[in-house]
This record gives sequence, C-alpha cells and structure tokens, in this order.
Amino acid sequence: MTVLHNVRPLGGEAVDVRIEDGLIAEIGGGLDDGQVIDCADAVLLPGLVDLHTHLREPGREDAETVESGTRAAAAGGFTAVHAMANTDPVADTAGVVEQVWRLGLEAGFADVRPVGAVTVGLDGKRLAELGAMADSAARVRVFSDDGHCVSDAQLMRRALEYVKAFDGVIAQHAQEPRLTEGSQMHEGQLSGQLGLAGWPAVAEEAIIARDVLLAEHVGSRLHICHVSTAGSVEILRWAKSRGIAVTAEVTPHHLLLTHDLATTYDPLYKVNPPLRSDTDVAAVRQALADGVIDIVATDHAPHAMEDKECEWAAAAFGMLGLQTALAVVNETMVRPGLLDWDAVAQRMSVVPARIGRVADHGRPLAAGEPANLTVFDPDGEWVVSAEDMVSRSRNTPYAGMVLHGRVLSTWLRGRPTVLDGAVVDYETV
Amino acid sequence: MRHLLSTTDLSRADALSILDTARELAQVADRPVKKLPTLRGRTVVNLFFEDSTRTRISFEAAAKRLSADVINFSAKGSSLSKGESLKDTALTLQAMGADAVVIRHNASGAAHRLANSDWIHGAVINAGDGTHEHPTQALLDAFTMRDHLRDGQGSLDGLNVVIVGDVLHSRVARSNVWLLDTLGANVTLVAPPTLLPVGVGSWPCQVSYDLDEAIVKADVVMMLRVQMERMNAAFFPSAREYSRRYGLDVPRMSSLPEHAIVMHPGPMNRGMEIAADVADSGRSVILDQVTNGVHVRMAVLYLLLGGQES
Repeated sequence: MTVLHNVRPLGGEAVDVRIEDGLIAEIGGGLDDGQVIDCADAVLLPGLVDLHTHLREPGREDAETVESGTRAAAAGGFTAVHAMANTDPVADTAGVVEQVWRLGLEAGFADVRPVGAVTVGLDGKRLAELGAMADSAARVRVFSDDGHCVSDAQLMRRALEYVKAFDGVIAQHAQEPRLTEGSQMHEGQLSGQLGLAGWPAVAEEAIIARDVLLAEHVGSRLHICHVSTAGSVEILRWAKSRGIAVTAEVTPHHLLLTHDLATTYDPLYKVNPPLRSDTDVAAVRQALADGVIDIVATDHAPHAMEDKECEWAAAAFGMLGLQTALAVVNETMVRPGLLDWDAVAQRMSVVPARIGRVADHGRPLAAGEPANLTVFDPDGEWVVSAEDMVSRSRNTPYAGMVLHGRVLSTWLRGRPTVLDGAVVDYETV
Repeated sequence: MRHLLSTTDLSRADALSILDTARELAQVADRPVKKLPTLRGRTVVNLFFEDSTRTRISFEAAAKRLSADVINFSAKGSSLSKGESLKDTALTLQAMGADAVVIRHNASGAAHRLANSDWIHGAVINAGDGTHEHPTQALLDAFTMRDHLRDGQGSLDGLNVVIVGDVLHSRVARSNVWLLDTLGANVTLVAPPTLLPVGVGSWPCQVSYDLDEAIVKADVVMMLRVQMERMNAAFFPSAREYSRRYGLDVPRMSSLPEHAIVMHPGPMNRGMEIAADVADSGRSVILDQVTNGVHVRMAVLYLLLGGQES
C-alpha cells in the first residue's frame, strides 16, 4: 500500500492518493497508511500514452531495445507506448507484433502496444495481414507505414476501409514521395542558402488533404502523424469542421525547435518531417491548444552514434523524445498559458489511449481506476544532457537546454517504474 | 579567421585582405623559382571525397609554392557510400598532424562539420561542399574581376555581375552572391525558375528569367555548368531549349558592353551553356581564372597558417 502525499490531480487542490492492488484505492486528505511518498504539491496526471515511439527492436538493438525504450518512456512519465512498425524485420505479421508485445510485457516498464505495418515490408505495394495482427495477442489497432507514406491513393483507400472491421485506424506519415526525393530539411529561404535539398510543406499538406477526403468518402477514421506545418493545421481545421473522423498529433520537437538549427549542420537536428519555421511552430502550438491537433506524440527515434556523427546528408532522421516530452510541453504550452493540466492530460494520455483503443490507460483520476499515474513537478529546472538519457541512444536535440518540469514518479498498475526521478528496476521493487 | 568555410563569414576587410595578399603572392609566379619558404614544415592535406582534379591540383600548387608538405587523400567513397566515415578520416588526419585540411565533399556542410567537431584541430578550408559553397572559387572570381576591371585594386563597388545557370545546385553561385555583395558588386542571377532555390528573393541580389535583358548592362557574365542529368529531372525540357534560352552564344555575346568579360568556373559544357566560339574568344577570361586560383589559394593558406608558429 502506498500513499502519494500532497499531489495536485490535474493541477488542482493538493490531496493524498492511496494506491492498492494496482488501483487508485482512495483520494482524500490525511491518508497515511502504508508507505507515504511526499510529492510536495507536484501535479498528478494519468500515466502518459505515446502513440508514436520507435523502439528499434527487433533489428537495431544497438540503438534501442524494447527494454531500454520503455525505461526511457517511464522516465518521461509514460505508462504505455505504441511501438512503430519500421523494425527489421518489419512488424507486418502477427509473429513480429506478438514478439514486440511480449518483450514489452517482460520488460515491465510500460505497456507496449505494437503498431502494425499497413503494407508488406513498408514498401507501399500490397496490404500486410492487418486482420491477423488485429486478432493476435498484441491486439493491434493502429496501423502505420511510418517513415514511409502510404502514397498510393487506392491502397490508402483500401486500408482505411479494411481496418473498420476491427475498429483500427491508419496513422499516415504524410509525405508526398516525389516532392521530397533526397530532401534534407524544411524548404525555405534557409534550405536554399545552406544547399540542403528542401522538404516542402506542400508535400505534407497535399497528402493530408487527399487523405481526409478519402476518410470522409469511405467513412473511416484516420490519424495523421507528426503534423508540422501551418497549412496542415488549416486543412485539419476544415476537415474537423466537416465532421471527418480525423485525429492528428504533433511532436514535442515541432512545438519547440525551428529549422534555424540546421545552420549548425549538426544532424542531431535532422528529423522527418523536418523542423519548420517560426510561423509553423506558432500554428501547431495554437492548433494543439484549440484541439485541431488532438495529441502530442513523441516520435522518439533513437539512433546509434555513428548514424548522427557524420555529415548531414549521410545522417539518419530522428531524435529522442520520450524523456523530455512532458517538460517540452510544459515549456511550450503550459507555461505560456496555452494549456492547463487537464488539457495536457487529455492530449498526452486520454485521447492517445482512445485513438489507440488502449484500455486501462488515460482513465480518470478516481478511486477504482487503474493506478497508471505520473507525478510531475512543473517548476523543477534541469539542464538536459545526452549522458542523462535513459535511452540506449544519445541523440537528444535538447542537450544543453534548460527545461522546466521533472517527472518525479511514474506508476504502472500501482508499481513505481520511476521514483525520485530515477527508473526503478523491477528486481529491486 | 581560423577556417574558410563560407563567404558569408568574410567581412569586407577579410575579403580585401585575401585579394591583396593574393596579388602580392602572384608575383612569385613570375620568378624563375616559384617558391616561398613561408609554410616550410607545415602539412596541408587535400581531402577529396569527390573527384575534382582541377581544384585539387590548384590547392596542391598553392601549398607547394609556399613550401608546405602536401598530402593528397582521395577518399573516394565517403560514408555516404559506406566507406570510412568523415569522423574516422578526420581523426586519422589529426593523428598524422595535419596543420590544414582542404576538404571537397559531396555533402553540404561537410567542411562546417569538420571545423566544428573536435575531430581535428587544424584549419579547415572548404574546397566545395555539396550544393552549399565553394569560397575559394568565389575569391578567385572576384580576384579575376578586379584584375580585369578594377586595375587589381580596391573593391568591386558598382560592378554589374550576371550569373547564369543552375543556381539551385551551384555552390559557386552561392559563394559568389555573398562575396560579391560584400565587395559592393550588383549581382543578377539568371536562370529558369526551376533552377532557382526557394527563397532566392531574400538573397542580396537581383533575379531575372531573361538573359537577353540582363546582359545588356553587364560588366561580367559568369556562366554556370549545367549538368545533363538535370534535364531528366524535368528542370528544363531539353538541352537545346536550355541552350537557346540560357546559353551564351556569339550573337548574345555581341550585345554585351565593349569592356565586359565572360567567366566560367569550369569544367565547361561547350555548346550547352557556352558556345565554343565564346569560350575561346578574347572576352573569355576562363584561363585567367585558373591561374588566379593558385594565387588566391596561396593567400588563403598563407593567412590561415602563416601567422601560427609550427
């Protein structure tokens, strides 16, 4: 039995929360039976749910494993993550998704929900066995070729239709491939000057426009990964106003960082979709505040050192995100007054759990609910350092930056995965 | 100045100092013994990840005339093609004691990356990085313009320079735009809209799609190489159409002012962006550019290495 003493659920009045048998047993004042953990007026959130995580296993265990990635997730306050399908082999069969799911169970730091590939080998040619993945022990509900766009309109239509049979959703990586051949960074004044091939905003917007129309036509739900441009926001706003069942995510890095960082030619800042302009950053922040963008998803993308310590064009796309996500949302959304903690809980736990059809996560903070919880001190300052990353990789773009807000503890079904800001190993509990 | 990575880093005083130094050093070329002892005992590495015989031998000649030891490191097959990584190559050169590294690489920013890493401590000279910059080319171009049109002295204030061709993929154009602006010239870029980068409107230059209109007042016309593979990527419909609209042929050359000079960074596609008769005409200063390249590169090596104690 554990009591979280002096926590503020969704930033409200301080209370005590008693955790017992994996559930929230009681919320009230003056609870002191069992182990009492003083939370010093920290914010209590439902455990965070990430809809977009790269765990790299199987295939690139040198960059991340299910275990190391879920440790990083726990350190960032997450209790469930969706593991993207672009592993080696690709998660395009029931066998691979069950393997990833089982590795998650064994690691025990966060619930792992595998994402299934839409097409065999992510090559955009023919549908993977979506039904087999849905029916497997991993119960896949989110399907994505992330890293690649499902660019064939007919195939996208069929995928949207097909997953209705098991309440699935297609999460689209919106990138028109011909418009982005060899692209390295946001296409704008800076890409021209730096001589790096441009990734134009229209390549994202054109696919989103097409896909919301397809989703409307076939009556399916659609999710858009990592929205990065002001134009995409306008299309989503229009689609939602028409009642199209589209949801969208934004990454922490697109909320905070801009393409100006490419002037360093340091591939730490190379990511897909690329960091955009100030205007785009302002637009995605406002869209997240307005609910046009539904959720924050990390696109946590660990890479081995040698894939980043090289020339820009040779480097891999992607950056770490799990451990810093909540602090970045605090910096960009909460502290400027764009979101309160209730809204943060919606965008980082409740709604991502709903999109992914994850039971037992994103639940209300109430007695009888599963004790999947995050305790966050929004004022704690820290200097991000690559060495302090729990991930097996070091490619954080925030190294050296001061961020506000630290995860004090994370609770997965009543068991602490993080205590006093440090990951708790299973054996020592 | 510790490295030479981009002409955007050069102040007017820096640029003029390089050009003036190059003019001093050019006199060495007229001596029976074309050698100065300035960089004796210093090691200059030519690190070429991309084939470019002309740039490499120009740097080699420049370093040797200053008595430096020259190592040519032809790293064909960069990390892009799964060879040794840039980092390991750099660490190797550092271990060998390179005082300066002249780097040519097909990735934009490679020189920048080398200079801002802790892989290597010597001076880094960008000899062309992807589609980004080629600063010594711009310096030798400015030197050549000054030599022909400004008596080899002072700035390029008021000089009208027209740069024609594949600006999008040209590191020569980028380096020239910033440097010539710094030196006071008025630059006009001429290209089909497909071969101009997004955002070119914010560069310190004019932009035109019409070569005939642009060259009437030109003091300098610089033709850029157009690679034939661009045609296959729909940047323009055919070589003939490109040549008709944006090539410099004899009739077009005749509409240039009397004193105007014709430049080309080489290698040329004769018959494509420049007619053979134009390339070989009296207005062409293309071979002077090659000669001046050695002087300017001597000046850069001298200024970057000469001040240090070995």
